[in-house]
Amino acid sequence: MTPALQTVGLKKSFGALPVANDINFSLVPGARYALIGPNGAGKTTFINLITGRLAPSAGQILLGGEDITRMPQAGRVKRGLGRTFQINTLFKGLSVLENVVMAVSEHHGKAADMFRYAGSHRGLVEEAYSLLERLRLGADALLPVKELPYGKQRLVEIAIALGLKPSVLLLDEPAAGVPSTETEIILSVIEQLPGDIAVLIIEHDMELVFRFAKKITVLVQGAVLVEGTPAEIAADARVREVYLGERDHG
Amino acid sequence: MFRPDPSSPISPTEQLVRRHRLHPLELLPWLAVIGTYFLLPGYLPLGSQVLIMILFALSLDLILGYAGIITLGHAAFFGVGAYTAGIYAIHVTGEPLSGLVVATVAAGIIGLISGLIILRTHGLTLLMLTLAIVFLIQETANKAGFITGGADGLQGISMQQIFGQFRFDMFGRTAYVYSAIVLFLVWLFARLLVHSPFGRSLTGIRENITRMHAIGTPVRRRLVTIYAISAALAGLAGALLTQTTQFVGLSVLSFERSGEIVIMLVLGGIGRLYGAFIGAAVFMIAKDELAKADPVFWYFWIGMLLVLVVMFARGGILGLIDQALSWVRRKS
Ligand SMILES: Nc1ncnc2c1ncn2[C@@H]1O[C@H](COP(=O)(O)OP(=O)(O)OP(=O)(O)O)[C@@H](O)[C@H]1O
Ligand SMILES: [Mg+2]
Repeated sequence: MTPALQTVGLKKSFGALPVANDINFSLVPGARYALIGPNGAGKTTFINLITGRLAPSAGQILLGGEDITRMPQAGRVKRGLGRTFQINTLFKGLSVLENVVMAVSEHHGKAADMFRYAGSHRGLVEEAYSLLERLRLGADALLPVKELPYGKQRLVEIAIALGLKPSVLLLDEPAAGVPSTETEIILSVIEQLPGDIAVLIIEHDMELVFRFAKKITVLVQGAVLVEGTPAEIAADARVREVYLGERDHG
Repeated sequence: MFRPDPSSPISPTEQLVRRHRLHPLELLPWLAVIGTYFLLPGYLPLGSQVLIMILFALSLDLILGYAGIITLGHAAFFGVGAYTAGIYAIHVTGEPLSGLVVATVAAGIIGLISGLIILRTHGLTLLMLTLAIVFLIQETANKAGFITGGADGLQGISMQQIFGQFRFDMFGRTAYVYSAIVLFLVWLFARLLVHSPFGRSLTGIRENITRMHAIGTPVRRRLVTIYAISAALAGLAGALLTQTTQFVGLSVLSFERSGEIVIMLVLGGIGRLYGAFIGAAVFMIAKDELAKADPVFWYFWIGMLLVLVVMFARGGILGLIDQALSWVRRKS
């Protein structure tokens, strides 16, 4: 089966610091994978390379078998690559609904239309709204994003990504910065993601990772340390060493 | 201005779908334009200048207010339009409408080319490049005296009647109505544009460019597109100035003019379409009145006004009015 996403020998360094060191990785369609590793391991950089925010110095990126290594960001999104950001990257002054409409319009190729009122594309607005309802954000649709509690803003990140109907979804620490009382709702949204989307989640919360992921990749200093099922990773001595004293997930 | 109202009984989708509907207040500028014609016939020449500056400021609002492109070189396009209209009138025909079209297209092409080059950059680099372009074009116009008249300006422009019917009269009536109609049509277009999905995406680019890339927006293409449109409209304003005054000088291409138009827009309020109307009107009328009293010192008062607006009313005059209205609403 063609992987939904694949990287071959991906390399990147910032000055002398290698942050992606020959990463070979692949995500099968409908995957539920996690990427873990200590702070500064290069997890976010890896996502930025895949989405085209950063250009790799060597290696290849394939999306559904197609080489997208040199493709601009927009083209990758059009081909089904969606992401969320570790730090909220939203239209803060706009309402929640408008945030999602922006993505939905772009996905349907209507965003360049300059000779019709946005309101005349009623279907796009309705599609965005029903997405919000699915994430239980319907009641907040008209609030400016900046007035939402941080946990809900994290959900808007996910809503925007889902508005693009991705086949591959990269979630960069979706629960980062959210008080523990609110992480449950984010996790339940993630668990209910459509089964045909291949999902890669970056997360520090091991409980969340072990509950969600079928396969875990451990990244240390830009290189893949080990890959395996949650049970294998939990039992791996090297992983324990990396995380020793940091986190204890048994 | 659209403000979503979470407490309204109207559903969220419906509120968004209706946002472009005309608000009665949006007709206010047009009442003023019509009123001026009938009530202040002595002010029509100044009135035409105001209308032209509104058009120029409106073109700037599309890139500065909506797309967030900060420029100090917008006079480049105003000037290209002004000179094109003048040269066309002298060497091709004095027929005004075709002159407007030719000037608009010429400015749009220059906008497209310069946009393709400079919109790869942003921030200070971009600002410097917009400045560089206005200097380059002004110097070119200065050196190409054989066709532009150089420092003396372009003399001997004479305009034919509009539709072979309406002569540009010495009281400035035709010029005023002509400018008003052009401005009205541009307003209709600009209003459609900012409420279109394309216009919304410009707001998105201004609010968060990283996010726009991540939802698959071809950001640079959008920016170049609006830059060219804005340049074309600035050129249209320049052409109107040439045709209604039957003269073009190098000052249409100056850095001062670029700066002044930014001041007018900031004064009125950016990114709201109507800031251009109120800002240009206040600026031009204040300039006219103050310069009568003291032809040199008036800039001081403009500077004063600008300081007050920038420090205490970031949304410009319209922002102040907005705040006052919502204060009144809260009190009642
Ligand atoms: N644009 C940049 N320029 C230079 N160095 C960078 C840049 N972005 C990241 N780095 C460095 O690269 C390394 C990897 O950063 P990255 O953000 O990918 O780590 P991460 O695994 O996502 O960490 P965290 O868990 O803290 O989010 C870090 O040392 C970081 O300081
Ligand atoms: Mg990170």
